[in-house]
Amino acid sequence: MTTRIDTRLADLHKQGRAAFVTFLMAGDPDPATSLAIIKALPQAGADIIEIGMPFTDPMADGPAIQAAGLRALKGGMTLHKTLDLVRGFRKGDDATPIVLMGYYNPIYIYGVEAFLADAKTAGVDGLIIVDLPPEEDDELCLPAMKAGLNFIRLATPTTDDKRLPAVLANTSGFVYYVSITGITGSAAANATQVGEAVARIKRHTSLPVCVGFGIRTPDMARDIARAADGAVVGTALVDALAKSLNAEGRATPSTVKAVADLTAALAQGVRGAAQAAE
Amino acid sequence: MNSRPNSFRSGPDERGHFGMFGGRFVAETLMPLILDLEKAYAEAKADPAFQREMNGYLKDYVGRPSPLYFAQRLTEHLGGAKIYLKREELNHTGSHKVNNVLGQIMVARRMGKKRIIAETGAGQHGVATATLCARFGLDCVVYMGAVDVARQEPNVIRMEMLGAKVVPVQSGTRTLKDAMNEALRDWVTNVHDTFYCIGTVAGPHPYPMMVRDFQSIIGHETRAQMMEAEGRLPDSLIACIGGGSNAMGLFHPFLDDPSVEIFGVEAAGHGLDKLHAASLTGGRPGVLHGNRTYLLMDADGQIQDAHSISAGLDYPGIGPEHSWLHETGRVTYLSATDEEALAAFQLLSRLEGIIPALESAHAIARVIELAPKRPSDHLMVVNLSGRGDKDVPQVGDILKGRKAK
Repeated sequence: MTTRIDTRLADLHKQGRAAFVTFLMAGDPDPATSLAIIKALPQAGADIIEIGMPFTDPMADGPAIQAAGLRALKGGMTLHKTLDLVRGFRKGDDATPIVLMGYYNPIYIYGVEAFLADAKTAGVDGLIIVDLPPEEDDELCLPAMKAGLNFIRLATPTTDDKRLPAVLANTSGFVYYVSITGITGSAAANATQVGEAVARIKRHTSLPVCVGFGIRTPDMARDIARAADGAVVGTALVDALAKSLNAEGRATPSTVKAVADLTAALAQGVRGAAQAAE
Repeated sequence: MNSRPNSFRSGPDERGHFGMFGGRFVAETLMPLILDLEKAYAEAKADPAFQREMNGYLKDYVGRPSPLYFAQRLTEHLGGAKIYLKREELNHTGSHKVNNVLGQIMVARRMGKKRIIAETGAGQHGVATATLCARFGLDCVVYMGAVDVARQEPNVIRMEMLGAKVVPVQSGTRTLKDAMNEALRDWVTNVHDTFYCIGTVAGPHPYPMMVRDFQSIIGHETRAQMMEAEGRLPDSLIACIGGGSNAMGLFHPFLDDPSVEIFGVEAAGHGLDKLHAASLTGGRPGVLHGNRTYLLMDADGQIQDAHSISAGLDYPGIGPEHSWLHETGRVTYLSATDEEALAAFQLLSRLEGIIPALESAHAIARVIELAPKRPSDHLMVVNLSGRGDKDVPQVGDILKGRKAK
């Protein structure tokens, strides 16, 4: 089974550069703007697109992504509509990988089998579910792999060598290394420590390792991209989106451009890493 | 619905499941710590020195055993079952919460943790945690929904006097569930030195089991005290349920005694067709805060706002073992509205000279209905899980408001 994620990361590896992975919340601040933003991301330099599935109780997220989820829910976003968003994106782009990220309850309520079938048909390539550790693999991870979706696991600074094999066992697509102990957007990643952690993970797996939580600027993206196979930026993009909204929290004519511009700048950072390495 | 298990007391399995409920639905950052905690708790449980030390504090610091008191005037007033109150409100700090906190703080000390965090709704768990952190010289941070900070001010002041830092939580609905989210966020961030002292029989395994074990002293004592008072087991048990720790503590030692009828009372808030906090009656199974259990949610799986007059019951979920006891039919789950709880609060105050916590008043509200239907030789035990001092300003305002109208 080869997904768009496998293909994209293999291509980038051949080109000798890391992937730039963006995260935004589905339906933030409304479904139409959200679709326009996501459609603009590949052109602006995103190699892989992560889309958050809004949830009322995002226990691993900081204030920026919590607020994004609440804006989306207030705008009427649901998991069904998140899949609509992916379908809408796929009409114009069949190559850029899409990863859905979020919490298990909405999927559990949707129905695991139905969700996996619908997600696959909609054009989703992988899932990152924050509250499903390997101990709960029967719930969604194993069915997802069977349905042809990558199940991307989070490894963290607390995942020691003893535990890594369990975390990596049913991981596919890539390994998402959480560069800090903490919630999204709370602290800055340290490139040296990240480099050591990525090297440690790579001793256990041949999968690509992408790094996220705590990358905000093009310079940080460049530093992380030197140390890993991919750099993920979420909170900074969500902040840029939030700043572009009007006082009522609605989209303005500058919203799509604000996210696309920051995406382009960050993508330059990631691409800069490859040139600097030459 | 399911076939009856051989024992209702053997759960959870090694993965933390009570039937389909429970589990370990947490971020990877927390998993190594949760596995360490499971190991540390198993070792403590098997260590006679740990038990000895805990029993010493339970006796001389908490003031156990708590009395099993025959409520003669309430019994006469209702004209049916003989009603006994298990007086958990007489414990140091004023509720059953201290039983669990003592146990967890002792486990935290064994694990070398110096910083304790907790979530709290009514503030009773927060006060108990702040108290034991003061006693053992540990840093203490308590997360409390901003709405609850306002309506349970006496407990906020107590926690601060005890040296704890109270953090008002402004996210989401600003009540207990959001306090728990914020505590989990703190834990993920400070996992290296921090112990999360969960206040109820919920969260990821091993918490529901561990908290139940620490609270089971309520049921064990009740058993012995009733044998001494009446020479036999009680016929029925009643307790209020938010997350369900006081109820589980009373119920668990009796689950395999089929002659004992068991009732849990959820908060029906404004009514079951309106805003309420009755997860079993009005919810369905889902996954939140580390476990699978009954939850109040919408068709998309988004968690809904709970409502109860009582901050301690204002939670859209329930401990996983209760969900399992509900589905197996061993425990009957009822509910009581805000109004019924208020009436029970006043009745117990006037008849017995005991001001109950609004939480416990929910259990009394169903006693008012059930006791008259039982014969006079029926022995009914109600868990008086907390005292109502913290609720006096709130209830006073409500009653004053009505008089003015």
